[in-house]
Amino acid sequence: MSANNTAMAVRYKNNFLKELEDQAEMGEWIKMCMQCGVCAGSCPTNFHPGWDHPPQEIFMMVRAGRREEVLTSNSMWMCTSCYNCYVRCPRKLPITHIMHGIANYAHRLGVAPKLQPTRNFGKIFWNNAAKTGRVNEVMLTVDLYFRNAEGKFDLMAGIKKALEMQSIAIGLVKAGRLNPLELFGGHKCKDQKGIQAMLKKARELEETRKALKAA
Amino acid sequence: MARKEYAFYPGCSSQKGASSSNYLTSVQSMCKTLDIGLTEIPDWNCCGASIGYAEGGELPRLALSGRNLALAEKHLPGLDVVATCAACWLGTREAKERLEHSDILLRDTQIALQEAGLNITVIPEVRHMAEVLIEDFGYDALTKPVTKGLDGLKFAGYVGCQTNRPFGIDGESYENPKYLDKLVESLGGEAVKYDQKVTCCGGALAFSEPEKAHAQIKDIVESAYDGGADMIVTPCPLCQANVELYQGAINKKYGTKFNIPVLYYSQVMAVAYGSSAKEAALNGNVIRAKQLEALAGK
Repeated sequence: MSANNTAMAVRYKNNFLKELEDQAEMGEWIKMCMQCGVCAGSCPTNFHPGWDHPPQEIFMMVRAGRREEVLTSNSMWMCTSCYNCYVRCPRKLPITHIMHGIANYAHRLGVAPKLQPTRNFGKIFWNNAAKTGRVNEVMLTVDLYFRNAEGKFDLMAGIKKALEMQSIAIGLVKAGRLNPLELFGGHKCKDQKGIQAMLKKARELEETRKALKAA
Repeated sequence: MARKEYAFYPGCSSQKGASSSNYLTSVQSMCKTLDIGLTEIPDWNCCGASIGYAEGGELPRLALSGRNLALAEKHLPGLDVVATCAACWLGTREAKERLEHSDILLRDTQIALQEAGLNITVIPEVRHMAEVLIEDFGYDALTKPVTKGLDGLKFAGYVGCQTNRPFGIDGESYENPKYLDKLVESLGGEAVKYDQKVTCCGGALAFSEPEKAHAQIKDIVESAYDGGADMIVTPCPLCQANVELYQGAINKKYGTKFNIPVLYYSQVMAVAYGSSAKEAALNGNVIRAKQLEALAGK
């Protein structure tokens, strides 16, 4: 439990719904859910083993104040961003974005499942893109395969994964769709400095606004 | 001066040597025939993609898209922004909606943009290339330049998710959009019955949780075979990559014998318009589309 997580739990006491309305992107929509379950039935990952709760259950648990169970759930991280639930919801809840919002909040508080692979990939992806302004696909793959979920370099795991993916990689290189030289640079924006300053400012502003709501 | 001009947002995966570089090549060929002028937004950046939610947060994501919109407005005033990538289009259009509907988000985004020396006044329209083709040109105009009809070729029109939801093409349904089928037919091809045309390929989970994505891709490919398709055609770079690249892994796991080419609509159009296999970037497919290559070589 991070200090910030404890502070937020104390600040919002028994009102987890209010906490997410203030602190999570699109959280203000949660109370609109009428528990029909169309989202669950529309989700492409719902038939795979492994998710704890479908969206409508997460929303009811939020209202029931089951804070820790929601924030540590792997459910939000199952989202493929296919927007099926979003367009089918009879009450027009932006379910995809609500799930992203709760996941992001759990991630920010440091309580999301540590070894969750999509959490890990999401972080790698953002850092990759934010570094130069454009995604470097080779570095993205290297970071994904050669680092464990806590960000530590793991050579053996990486080699194993790279071997598994070898035939795909060779096919892509032959097709001109993977350039190993991107390891040493690759595509980037000219105004990287401006982009980084912009992102830093955006993050500060967002944090300030959220802190004000909690004040 | 081309017949129509747009501010072009090609996206990271379309860059030289990247995973959908063949998409860009074929789009350029297609646009040359249709006399569509694409001027790249100078120094555009990544849209953050859907998976950016985990680390990005809302305002940093809006700032990324806001920067592209501000650059388009500054350098290419009055032009609609056109994206070829589904995620780029969705992210940028979503940003436009949020910025236009929230004074607070717009104000904060402007403050962040100042750090990059930019400012937003009027946000341009944000459109997908498929929208442009259908709405600004229309099927008849897309048929006109056809010199090599796709007669006898059968296509499974795989629309996927993000070109279709939550925005989609005006007048089309989310459950059974018809535009890709109509596009194929306007080139002389046959659009087969295809149950999985809007099924998700797994998106970014193909990287993080491949077994989940593979199960979904299996259904998508199987359904194309069931419909009797020779190849799959799609408007989305991640759909293309996921559905093409993992067929081997799926064969290993499920004992299937999948080996069906997955093309971009722009590749198919370029061939129908008489472009060479190289101009249509058919050499960029890992599972080669031999029938199209033969047609292009005629």
